[in-house]
Amino acid sequence: MCGIVGLFLKDKSLEPELGSMLSEMLVLLTDRGPDSAGIAIYGAAEKGRAKITIQSPAPSSDFPKLEADLSKEIGAKAKVTVKSTHAVIDVPTRNAEEARAAVLRLRPNVRIMGSGDVVEIYKEVGLPEAVVKRFDVQAMSGTHGIGHTRMATESAVTTMGAHPFSTGPDQCLVHNGSLSNHNNLRRELIRDGMSFETENDTEVAAAYLSSKIAHGMNLGEALESGLNDLDGFYTFVVGTKNGFGVVRDPIACKPAVLAETDRYVAFGSEYRALANLPGIADAKVWEPEPSTVYFWEH
Amino acid sequence: MNVTNVATTPAREVNYAPRVFDLATTPLRDLNQALHQIADGADEPAWEVLNPKGSHAVAAGVDQPITIEVRGSVGYYCGGMNSKGNITVHGSAGPGVGENMMSGSIVVKGDASQYAGATGRGGLLVIEGNASSRCGISMKGIDIVVCGNVGHMSAFMAQSGNLVVLGDAGDALGDSIYEARLFVRGNVKSLGADCIKKEMRPEHLAKLRELLDRAGVKGVKPEEFTRYGSARTLYNFNIDNADAY
Repeated sequence: MCGIVGLFLKDKSLEPELGSMLSEMLVLLTDRGPDSAGIAIYGAAEKGRAKITIQSPAPSSDFPKLEADLSKEIGAKAKVTVKSTHAVIDVPTRNAEEARAAVLRLRPNVRIMGSGDVVEIYKEVGLPEAVVKRFDVQAMSGTHGIGHTRMATESAVTTMGAHPFSTGPDQCLVHNGSLSNHNNLRRELIRDGMSFETENDTEVAAAYLSSKIAHGMNLGEALESGLNDLDGFYTFVVGTKNGFGVVRDPIACKPAVLAETDRYVAFGSEYRALANLPGIADAKVWEPEPSTVYFWEH
Repeated sequence: MNVTNVATTPAREVNYAPRVFDLATTPLRDLNQALHQIADGADEPAWEVLNPKGSHAVAAGVDQPITIEVRGSVGYYCGGMNSKGNITVHGSAGPGVGENMMSGSIVVKGDASQYAGATGRGGLLVIEGNASSRCGISMKGIDIVVCGNVGHMSAFMAQSGNLVVLGDAGDALGDSIYEARLFVRGNVKSLGADCIKKEMRPEHLAKLRELLDRAGVKGVKPEEFTRYGSARTLYNFNIDNADAY
């Protein structure tokens, strides 16, 4: 099972409601996956600033002095906004790479969920309703976002095994399905210099895409290439800085529904997730074709 | 695959006020339990379901000759195992609509997701829009009429019954088919293993006419269709194929 959702807004007036709309969509799919949940929100870009989302198993000791410690370490003003087990670090873009390394040096227990100009990624073990509440996702505004509720099959139920998985700056991936060649592919990617946090199959798909992109492909080409190299069942939804994409494996047995109106493009594993969206009764609603990459960008 | 809002399609004419279940306020289980508890000969022929919003198993397991109008889109397994019921979905249906249907009819005004009518043993399933992959998989006597297209692997291992497609069929139509008859008016992207084009004899034209009439399809002639069925070369094990296993 697993449930995935995505929402790409065309109408700017909906942007303040992105978090609440996406949260409701995800909560509606709770019974597709009760193990863990996660959401990636693409907010407004601030010129010259970058964001790093981190997670800590011990937020009360890791986070309180992080802002001062990190600012001193990188010699630039870092702003840390704590949300439960996660924190979003806001730094000047030119210091972002340095800040990523510095935060891991200063707080070895911390894990990086994702980074980029606009993305924030939150994920934890628990039901979608509890997870979106914990991070106050309903109050977040943004241009687009993706979400996932997990029924674990290929690896343990842990925070790091939850989706979305970061695939690069402002890029992330959610997955419904299971990959059957992830162990081999992981070994190949490790030889290629990639590193892994979990035994999870989707993390391998994310690393595969990152690796292809690092070798010069764009995301669309990397997804096309994945159709040949990733063996198993999948509906993937990917988030990028400017938009989101959908791709299903050639067998396409993992469900997927898209809806489009003048105001938004929405994705759900099931129609249920879309049923309360504004204007859904008059939306164009269809199932994405197998082996076909779909993309919407601002 | 555009879907217009069909939730406002008028109901079939019935002489009774329908018994209405609004799923926005009533649990789905109450609806299905009430449907299952209809006694033989009970005077409750008309039912209406509001706000299904993609719920699963709406009106599954009906076993009485009643009419159910579902006003909106449904999720998995709507009308599953239907026996004698006449169900109309004024919207689209999720995976497995009419799965293992025994008799009666189901009409979907919008599109249907994967494996519509899977393993169905009897009755008539009409999809007025498109059906996606595996439509009629392992069908065992059901008649399915799809007014739009069907996706890949439709009628996979289909055993008996008729699948009528007014539009196009996707890849591997009728793979490993037994004795079901497939009628396609548009293009077939590819045929599956052991599925071949067959001649259209008078009895097939007559059957097709009857199915189109029952499905309420107007302005379409049986002569516009091509029939596909089993070449019957996979029925018995052939030692020459041993290398393939």
